[in-house]
Amino acid sequence: MKSDGIQFAPGQAPRSATPAKADAAHIAPADRADAILPLELVDVGYRAGDAELLRDINLIFDGRAPSIILGPNGAGKTLLLRICHGLLVPTTGQLRWRDPQLAMRPDSQAMVFQKPVMLRRSVAANIRFALRVSGVDREQHAARVARALEAAGLTPLAERRANHLSGGEQQRLALARCLAVQPRILFLDEPTAHLDPAATRQVEALIALIRDAGTRIVMVTHDIGQARRLAGDIIFMHRGRIIESGDATSFFERPSTAEAAAYLAGELLW
Amino acid sequence: MSQFGDAAGTAVGLVLEADPTLVEIVLLSLRVSLSAVVIAACIGMPLGAWLTVSRFPGRRLVISVLNSLMGMPPVVLGLMVYLLLSRAGPLGEYGLLFTPTAMIVAQTLLVLPIIAALTRQTLSDLHREYDEQFRSFRIGPFAGTLILIREGRYSLATALLAGFGRASAEVGAVMIVGGNINHVTRVMTTTIAMETSKGDFSLALGLGIVLLAIVLVVNLLVSMLQWREKLA
Repeated sequence: MKSDGIQFAPGQAPRSATPAKADAAHIAPADRADAILPLELVDVGYRAGDAELLRDINLIFDGRAPSIILGPNGAGKTLLLRICHGLLVPTTGQLRWRDPQLAMRPDSQAMVFQKPVMLRRSVAANIRFALRVSGVDREQHAARVARALEAAGLTPLAERRANHLSGGEQQRLALARCLAVQPRILFLDEPTAHLDPAATRQVEALIALIRDAGTRIVMVTHDIGQARRLAGDIIFMHRGRIIESGDATSFFERPSTAEAAAYLAGELLW
Repeated sequence: MSQFGDAAGTAVGLVLEADPTLVEIVLLSLRVSLSAVVIAACIGMPLGAWLTVSRFPGRRLVISVLNSLMGMPPVVLGLMVYLLLSRAGPLGEYGLLFTPTAMIVAQTLLVLPIIAALTRQTLSDLHREYDEQFRSFRIGPFAGTLILIREGRYSLATALLAGFGRASAEVGAVMIVGGNINHVTRVMTTTIAMETSKGDFSLALGLGIVLLAIVLVVNLLVSMLQWREKLA
């Protein structure tokens, strides 16, 4: 008798037999974010000493359209992003992921910071590092690194020291890391805050690429133009609260609150 | 003047022909100081790393004390180790006073704060830079610290060399706890001090040349490492 291994009835594919790590590569892009979303924030608040920095945050991240968190400085945008990503624990309220265990895996979520942080290694080594800590199979590394470098236009710089790159190049590398890892959700904290228009355009193109590959985008900005270019829906914040949220087109055309209208008109909210 | 000229000539001769007395002294010096640095590194680097990531009441005080101990006068440390190891002292029963072991103990204690404090400083700077990114990558504190050590390897090597420079050049601690006994605890610095006071300059100068060469090499290595780090 042939010993051809265990047999499975059709439709009974052994889920446990496929290594969990390979999921991201095999499933269709559209399914990736769906496995952990929606992310629901229930009455989330954050207090530091006497200052109430966030309050009454009730939000649901689902669907696929990029969410842009918009608002003046000090509105609590970055804080909200850090709470969503798990870098900070809210002092009140709850975060509910559809699959909390999956959501906490290093290859499920990623964050790109205002000022990118690079290891003192080559550009390619920084991408490999991200793949390794995210638990991506080693045999996939070379192909993923090459693809990410190519997409970010960093192939000629692959062997350069990452910490010696310009700000724009470093930010592209930060995004290339995400492109390689393909997280289910990506949080971006004003990734173009320190960049000139040319670098900003390249970064936005990369964000679009990551979005199209099936990663859910949640991004903080106070650049209204950028929000218009990238947003699927808008979360408008002011003084630690969500003032308005919903579809981007209607937000920009008919803001329903005075604060949002004033902000869009370029008035200085404080 | 010719007396110094002759002494210098003899000294160079001693070094070039590897005079057995001189070699014995140099080897003991290296053995004591290198052992001290290795032991101090084994304790000081984990201590510095732990002080980087841990949070406990009084942590700032511990760090301040550690930083102050970098400037510990070797004679004072020598005196303390002497009291500890002398027959009447708490560790007197081991009979370690006036042995190379006593000298290693003294120099370890001298170098430990330097290595621990410089390690903590290096890793703290890196920790500030990488902490959030590492937490975003879901890298735990232990694994994160190991990565920081790799990232800071040039600065950490510099800390070790600084410790070695300090140990090999000090005279006070080894003189007190070693006693400068011929063929037993006589090292470069104590021999230089003794021979000079005797007015016998050739061996003193010969050892001086070797010691100076060691210190120069150590400092050259430090600048090379700093140069490499700038490129890294």
